[in-house]
Amino acid sequence: MTDIVRTGFRPSRIAIYGVLLLACLVYLVPLIVMLITSFKTPMDIRSGNLLALPTDWTTIGWTKAWSEACTGVQCEGVKGYFWNSFKMTVPAVMISTLLGAFNGYVLSKWKFKGSDLLFGMLLFGCFVPFQVVLLPMAATLGKLGMANTTAGLVLVHVIYGVAFTTLFFRNYYVAIPDALVKAARLDGAGFFTIFFRIFLPMSTPIFMVSLIWQFTQIWNDFLFGVVFASGDSQPITVALNNLVNTSTGVKEYNVDMAAAMIAALPTLVVYIVAGKYFIRGLTAGSVKG
Amino acid sequence: MEHTQRRPAGVARALSGLMDGLQRWLPKLVVAPTFLLVGIGIYGYMLWTGVLSFTNSSFLPSYNFVGLEQYAKLMESERWIVASWNLAIFGGLFIGICLLIGVVLAIFLDQRIRQEGAIRTIYLYPMALSMIVTGTVWRWILNPRLGLEKLMHDWGWTSFSFDWLVNSDFAIYTIVMAAVWQASGFVMALFLAGLRGVDSSIIRAARVDGASLPVIYWKIILPSLRPVFFSSVMVLAHIAIKSFDLVMAMTAGGPGYSTDLPAVFMYAHTFTRGQMGLGSASAMLMLGAILALLVPYLYSELREKRHD
Amino acid sequence: MKSFKRHLTALAVSAALMPTAAVQAGEVEVLHWWTAGGEARAAAALKKMMEEQGHTWKDFAVAGGGGEAAMTVLKTRAVSGNPPAAAQIKGLDIREWAELGFLTSLDSVADAENWDQLIPPMISDVMKYEGEYVAVPVNVHRVNWLWVNPEVMKDVGVEVPTTLDEFFEVADKLKAEGYIPLAHGGQPWQDATVFDAVALAELGPDDYRKAFVDHDMDVINSAKMEEVFAQFARVMSYVDDDAAGRDWNTATGMVIRGEAAMQIMGDWAKGEFTAAGLTPGEDYVCAPAPGTTGQFTFNVDSFAMFTLSEEEDIKAQKDLARTILEPEFQTLFNQNKGSIPVRTDMDMSDFDTCAQASMETFKSSADDGGLVPSFSHGLATTSYIQGQIFDVVTNFVNSNNPDPAKTTDQLAAAIQSAM
Repeated sequence: MTDIVRTGFRPSRIAIYGVLLLACLVYLVPLIVMLITSFKTPMDIRSGNLLALPTDWTTIGWTKAWSEACTGVQCEGVKGYFWNSFKMTVPAVMISTLLGAFNGYVLSKWKFKGSDLLFGMLLFGCFVPFQVVLLPMAATLGKLGMANTTAGLVLVHVIYGVAFTTLFFRNYYVAIPDALVKAARLDGAGFFTIFFRIFLPMSTPIFMVSLIWQFTQIWNDFLFGVVFASGDSQPITVALNNLVNTSTGVKEYNVDMAAAMIAALPTLVVYIVAGKYFIRGLTAGSVKG
Repeated sequence: MEHTQRRPAGVARALSGLMDGLQRWLPKLVVAPTFLLVGIGIYGYMLWTGVLSFTNSSFLPSYNFVGLEQYAKLMESERWIVASWNLAIFGGLFIGICLLIGVVLAIFLDQRIRQEGAIRTIYLYPMALSMIVTGTVWRWILNPRLGLEKLMHDWGWTSFSFDWLVNSDFAIYTIVMAAVWQASGFVMALFLAGLRGVDSSIIRAARVDGASLPVIYWKIILPSLRPVFFSSVMVLAHIAIKSFDLVMAMTAGGPGYSTDLPAVFMYAHTFTRGQMGLGSASAMLMLGAILALLVPYLYSELREKRHD
Repeated sequence: MKSFKRHLTALAVSAALMPTAAVQAGEVEVLHWWTAGGEARAAAALKKMMEEQGHTWKDFAVAGGGGEAAMTVLKTRAVSGNPPAAAQIKGLDIREWAELGFLTSLDSVADAENWDQLIPPMISDVMKYEGEYVAVPVNVHRVNWLWVNPEVMKDVGVEVPTTLDEFFEVADKLKAEGYIPLAHGGQPWQDATVFDAVALAELGPDDYRKAFVDHDMDVINSAKMEEVFAQFARVMSYVDDDAAGRDWNTATGMVIRGEAAMQIMGDWAKGEFTAAGLTPGEDYVCAPAPGTTGQFTFNVDSFAMFTLSEEEDIKAQKDLARTILEPEFQTLFNQNKGSIPVRTDMDMSDFDTCAQASMETFKSSADDGGLVPSFSHGLATTSYIQGQIFDVVTNFVNSNNPDPAKTTDQLAAAIQSAM
């Protein structure tokens, strides 16, 4: 439809660019503020304003946040927690995405009596405020012997993430014609054969969507991390909280901002590098319904 | 001889029967773990919370039933009423503004824009940040002493004043601003994807009939993007309910309790104040409201898809 | 000299214990929210002392909201069946945990170390459940302090106020000269901290106790309480407009830089002045909050000890309890945190003048009845009643036209509904 646009509205194109660039500015300001602040000295922060460039650029905030700032009795920065987050996020993302793929496949192509109702219930599950489930979940994990283990934390993330991954895959697979499945079944292909031979090869875009979404959600989670992980296995969001919420001492905003940037870096990289797959994946499927 | 010949056939039949049965059961077996987990982890726990809401649980769960007393207390609590109103204001504005900005930016970006990829990434990146980070940064920007107001004063606009963050009548709108900043780019991405999927021949036909571009968008394209609206509303409603982190990082419910949301109320009473019964009752009301709003919507959307 | 001797004995005792301790190495998991500055250093020192006794310290730090996040985590840990060995729990919450059967008796340590003699009864009562120690106190904070920047006062030509009326007079003059009279952060607990001080000044210790400890409706719903709210509103009118959501240490920073003249805050504020390199009595002044001279609102940090199963871990837990009350840790910790030792037999000469004054008032007020538990910090009442009072107070502060009479009724209703 882009070829239609080319035919007219010449003067309004300036307005369109104007609006788009203004929006860019608004979206970028907070990031710029964070970045500038993380390279300032504490003195600079107090005297200058938000958008003033640092008088001397310093990476002290970054090195301190990475390896020196106190997050408890240890003062080793956030680096250890950074890897903890990976250890928890990677399996949780993988498992919830795979489960979502299978669920989506079943709920779109192998419907059974009540499967739509189950899907509806699953969707409603997205809206349960997580604060509600903390205590019963803790009791359950305790009974399973998984309290305060990374495995327990992964399980929690899988349970509360699978609704979204299922939604993504179901909407993607709904668009694939049923006739394809019927033909394959007549050829004698079974449930798994059809999935692995036909559906999986064409699922890359939606896998990207699901992986990106889940990675962001799980990496950024604070509530489950603080409650269900302990001591050495706490994720970076918990460390960030401990670092930023100082109860005494001079607030070092440069360290705070650098730590926030470090915590946000993996998800930012994922969005910047894989962002185009994200749009492509959304285009390819989920939103067509 | 007949004997031995018949046997393999029987086994094969039994085996294929088993395979057939397995094939029939396989889909259910595959989704079973998910529904087991979700059944316990969401519905089981909800039920448990429901039970607690009829008890006088204080510090930790206990099972002394007191009927509807907690609900009655809740209805008398001024703070709860503030929190409920805030959710209505916040949820309504947040979803509405995000949809508006998302649609407008997506349509604009769909006009053969140079550097579209870069612009798209800029709109989308806030979604990558955690709400804690978003809240911390916006709290700083909106703080009258450190942020925007100081910037404007430094730039010479000394009469500039923006104190919404510390004004109990307006603080809730600053939360809306930060949340919109974070999520509207994502909505843009959803709509952009939807626009790319629209069949251009329909539009060409409309052009031939002499319809103007805005009319085409309003009358033809947007209505055809109904599933995108559905996905967007689902994602936005989900974020709105989870905005607990954002409120905690930005205002912690203040000034006073003017930016309290039901989730904050529930958390405060259940975990820090030792009024678990009251907290559970508030959780149940919150779920009830979500149920009342979402189920009809889910139902109509899913039904329609079945008709297709 | 006496303390030095005690110190030596303590060292000798711990040295004697060393070999056995090394064999029976246990682990203590400690939940705390001391993640910053002097507090974190003090916690690290405690860790080191425990490791010297051969135990392992498993750190479990959860910062934020004055321990709110930590309490959530503790509850889920307890429900999941593996609470930490020790957790920072305060005031009446200790009793709640004990009632639920989570806490273990420390009487064997308490008897051996003679805690009953060391700790004033008013505080040891809070640490006990059914006559047995279940928690160990770490320090005593005085909440009713007024922190003053003397430069600003000199510039305007006023003295540090000792009564509320003087405070209003001084504040008016400060305001006229363009200073912010009172630095404050608009968070519910800070609002309550100022209210706490004003209530003590207006009601006096006896009625304060009746209202906030016994919840006597004759005091809560009275003309006196209306007067408290009226005075409180007047005090809060000297706070600048941007206070909402401000952290208390940012407010202290305003006093340090001379933007604001005074702040009503507990003695943890001292840590900020110390970090800025200032000396008490010269660069800043600590005075009792207006109208509360000779009175002492106390706030005690403490560790509650949970029931454990492993023999070695229980040993480590008991060693932790003992170490916390040893003079060495008491001195080190309290110098860092700004509070005073919970043991009244300590030599205070190593402490600064504010801490010395604090200790003096602590002892004298314990005798004359001026010692009251702070409701704003959870020492006077349960967390639910405290929460209800917070709601009323903070709503009053943020209201556009505060009405003391109406708010007094609200306070009475709120406390009644939570009882």
